[in-house]
Amino acid sequence: MVFIWLLPATFAAIGTEACAAEEAANKAGNKITDSRKSGYDFMSASTQALQNDDSQNPAMLWVKDGEALWGREAGKDKKSCASCHGAAPKSMRGVAARYPAIEKKTRRPINLQQRINLCQKDHQHAAPFAPETQEMLRIESYVGMQSRGLAITPPRDARLAAFTQKGKVQFEQRMGQLDLSCADCHDNHAGKKLGGATIPEAHPTAYPLYRLEWQSLGSVERRLRNCMSGVRAEPYPYGAPEFVELELYLAARAAGMKLETPGVRP
Amino acid sequence: MGGSWSVAALFWLAVTASSMTAYAAGSPPEPIAELAPFVVTDGIIAEPLQGRIGDAVRGRAIVANRQLGLCLLCHSAPIPEERFQGNLSGNLAGIGSRASAGQLRMRLVDARQLNPSTIMPSYYRVNKLTRVTPAQQGRTIFSAQQIEDVVAYLLTLRDDRGALASDAIRRIRSPATENK
Repeated sequence: MVFIWLLPATFAAIGTEACAAEEAANKAGNKITDSRKSGYDFMSASTQALQNDDSQNPAMLWVKDGEALWGREAGKDKKSCASCHGAAPKSMRGVAARYPAIEKKTRRPINLQQRINLCQKDHQHAAPFAPETQEMLRIESYVGMQSRGLAITPPRDARLAAFTQKGKVQFEQRMGQLDLSCADCHDNHAGKKLGGATIPEAHPTAYPLYRLEWQSLGSVERRLRNCMSGVRAEPYPYGAPEFVELELYLAARAAGMKLETPGVRP
Repeated sequence: MGGSWSVAALFWLAVTASSMTAYAAGSPPEPIAELAPFVVTDGIIAEPLQGRIGDAVRGRAIVANRQLGLCLLCHSAPIPEERFQGNLSGNLAGIGSRASAGQLRMRLVDARQLNPSTIMPSYYRVNKLTRVTPAQQGRTIFSAQQIEDVVAYLLTLRDDRGALASDAIRRIRSPATENK
């Protein structure tokens, strides 16, 4: 979590216990001790096995389609992603691990889906994929997989701090008829049983991921909307600034954890 | 995913299977302009809401129903036919010998008056809420009658041996396994 060294103010604002422990360990020159757990660690062995084996992982169907999309020409100039970016395994390595990030023109944070849409608009002059469509999930999972095994690495960008802080406020804001916050469950009751489901720590380590409940691939925003419906709150629309801020906070909170994209979850 | 009334988004198949009976235990509360008045004295609401008389059989059905009562998502209770009971909070077995009607009513109506940080939802409160989904705006989670039904049922739970046994079983099981 190197960016924290550069942004002490950010650290003060958004630091989690894990971050504090990590920083203390760094200062002492010790190896990092990290008690954070990915959703993967809460899964049964059989679901873990599904994720571990690419030939069994249902999410790989989207990744394979995404690979085809990467080379598909679109727009009036008949450009594909590959026309500019070349081979994704090289050019896209590490990209998903650093989103959301600041967009140059608007100076506001955007997530990976929004980055893909901007490329389509500005460079391909093609119609963007709508949120959560199969095409969007295919290309996002293909780009995401190029960062598999890399650490989640929020950009060292001071402009992100205020947005990340807003995401933290969102995370701790109680909402809905049940009046519960993300933190109520995922910070304070992780590992316990909500009905039959184990509550994970809410680290975005494997998106987009195949959720057995959905019988489909889905984005982190789909998951966030699920939780909001669960507490009987009105979900934000896909791509809402509130979601991007939440994703920023989740990324900061999970900084240093390994990306598993494309993951499987119950 | 269940209907707009369900919290099935979080709780998948086990919940979905029971959603067909979602409101067998009573209709969702109508929007209300004003809550029935109640008096809180020393952390207790002594008088039944609207003077209603609770029905323990209906109360049990409400507690067992995950779309309506939601209780079993966080609590376990001596309702053996319901699998996948939660452990975010205490087991309800024996609660009737540990708490009075007035204490139970207070905790159902608005437990946050006693403990602002509790995750127990306030089942009879419509103010100080944020971004409530349009279908639920102005509605309480329970009607006054449903509050009294659940109080009546909880008062019948006077034997906590079930709670001790199931807590012991839970300690033996690994907490990190899915219960699918």
